Amino acid sequence: MDATTRTAISLQDAMEVAWLEADLLDSADYDPWLALWTPDAIYVVPAEPAGDDFENTLNIAYDDAAMRAKRVERLRSGQSVSASPVARTVRLLSRFRILSSEAGRCELRCAQILTEYRRERERMHTADITFVLVRTPDGLRIARKVVRLINASDAITGVSYIL
Amino acid sequence: MTVAFPVTPVLDAGALVGEDRAGSTLYTDPALFAAEMSRIFENTWVWVAHASEIPKGGDFKMAQVGLQPVIVVRDRKGVVHVHVNRCRHRAATLCEVRKGKTNSFVCPYHGWAYALDGSLRGVPYEKGYDDSLNKAEFPLLSLRVEEYHGLIFATFSREIQPLSDFLGPAKTWIDLFMKQGAGFPIKTMGEHKFRFPGNWKIQLENTTDAYHFPLVHKSFLSAADRETEDSWDIMNKGGFVEDLGNGHSVMVMMPELVDLEENLDAPIPEKFAALAEELRQSHPEEQVRRIVRAVGGCGFNLNLFPNLGCSAAFFRVLQPIAVDETEVRHAALGMEGGPAAANRARLRIHEFFQGPMGFGSPDDAEVWDRVQHGAQGAAGMPIMLHRGLSHEEVGAEGRKRSDVSAETGMRAAYAQWKRMMEA
Ligand code: FES
Ligand SMILES: [Fe+2]
Repeated sequence: MDATTRTAISLQDAMEVAWLEADLLDSADYDPWLALWTPDAIYVVPAEPAGDDFENTLNIAYDDAAMRAKRVERLRSGQSVSASPVARTVRLLSRFRILSSEAGRCELRCAQILTEYRRERERMHTADITFVLVRTPDGLRIARKVVRLINASDAITGVSYIL
Repeated sequence: MTVAFPVTPVLDAGALVGEDRAGSTLYTDPALFAAEMSRIFENTWVWVAHASEIPKGGDFKMAQVGLQPVIVVRDRKGVVHVHVNRCRHRAATLCEVRKGKTNSFVCPYHGWAYALDGSLRGVPYEKGYDDSLNKAEFPLLSLRVEEYHGLIFATFSREIQPLSDFLGPAKTWIDLFMKQGAGFPIKTMGEHKFRFPGNWKIQLENTTDAYHFPLVHKSFLSAADRETEDSWDIMNKGGFVEDLGNGHSVMVMMPELVDLEENLDAPIPEKFAALAEELRQSHPEEQVRRIVRAVGGCGFNLNLFPNLGCSAAFFRVLQPIAVDETEVRHAALGMEGGPAAANRARLRIHEFFQGPMGFGSPDDAEVWDRVQHGAQGAAGMPIMLHRGLSHEEVGAEGRKRSDVSAETGMRAAYAQWKRMMEA
């Protein structure tokens, strides 16, 4: 690692990545979204509020790079009846806090309130999101994103988009 | 002990179900829904838990039988009880924790305390009753409980046949289903819960609906690897649906995966090669083959009327909420004490298809939602259930059987529905 990838990540830089990701998802701009992750990054939506052994637990979503690409393909293909059309979403991220920080890496926690609209129905999903962000030669990348819905262990309706 | 108040008017429900079609008010009539909750759900064996969810004394989970909230609890002697979650004093629920461990159930309102077997043990400020309160008269209302192969069922009925008779030929299929433990006991590994705005029977039908699979699940099939896609080519594999009596049915989609202990010498699929290699580090080849063959689950769906499906690799639990609202739970299954790598593989397979963000379930939910919406139109027009009837055969034991995409399983469920609603 060179010096530039070891610089600490400021709160402002971290927030900008989180907002960029949110904007790419809301505007269905998936190619730059896929490029925003490190190759071994995991995207998780846990099914239980507590615990972090995601690999050995049932999750609502547990996506590595290949699964993220498939999820995008599913949203684009028109083959999925629940994603044709894909729900429109607007997500607001706030209450940012850096939980931990080391050279070129930080853990950022924030709140997300997302409104979904599709077929005359409006629904809201509220979540705590934790990002692990890392500096790479190409800029800041997401190494992990965990979306903890506040009602994850309750019954929720189908979510045919990316939280 | 309890006084039975009449709860539903008598209606001519039976007229709604014909041999090959049904009236669409079956999905939309609130009075019919209320009648179903008592005539069906209070008069038959309803699945409430798997033994692995409450393995030890004091373990409990909340469940529902129809619309009635119940607590499923194992006492210190290992006996499973199912109690209505309602205090005998003035009806407060005793428990609002989904799952846990306890020594007793204490009502939060005035503190009446019940033992795990439901008996009333303590009443605060008992003096106020002047010795007139006989605690033996106020146990929790307990249901009849019976278990088959780890599947725990309960019923309000004291009269209906034992569980074993109710399941009948379905037991053989349950035995086959449990072979996916690969020699380890089956355990639940969490569940996905989601709701759709539609009637519970729309979901009940779907568990034996192979017809929709290649169409609704196109996006899943496109995303799956080649081998998985081929194994799901179920319209062309000689599968079948069979009526097992009492509303139960089985749909065999992948005949090669009916008995997971057969064909252990078959080549290991490419998609499981890495898993097999990992398992070889700690397990003999024979066991590796057994585990790998079991990892993807069985090639059939067993639909147990009215609320449980033993579906390929998971339990599908159906919970009616209202005439037009249903909760579906998909419990992931694993091998208790089995290799972590195999259980991880099962979790990932489950997540891929099931749950609110799976590549399958949301599309199912969408089409069920469409059925409910569409059924608001032309109420007099029937729901057609005749697919596969023209070549349906009656086997040696009098069981109807037709091809994999036949609506034989739905006809079986509706025949039972009709019997129960007319009784
Ligand atoms: S309602 Fe339970 S003690 Fe009064
Ligand atoms: Fe389906």
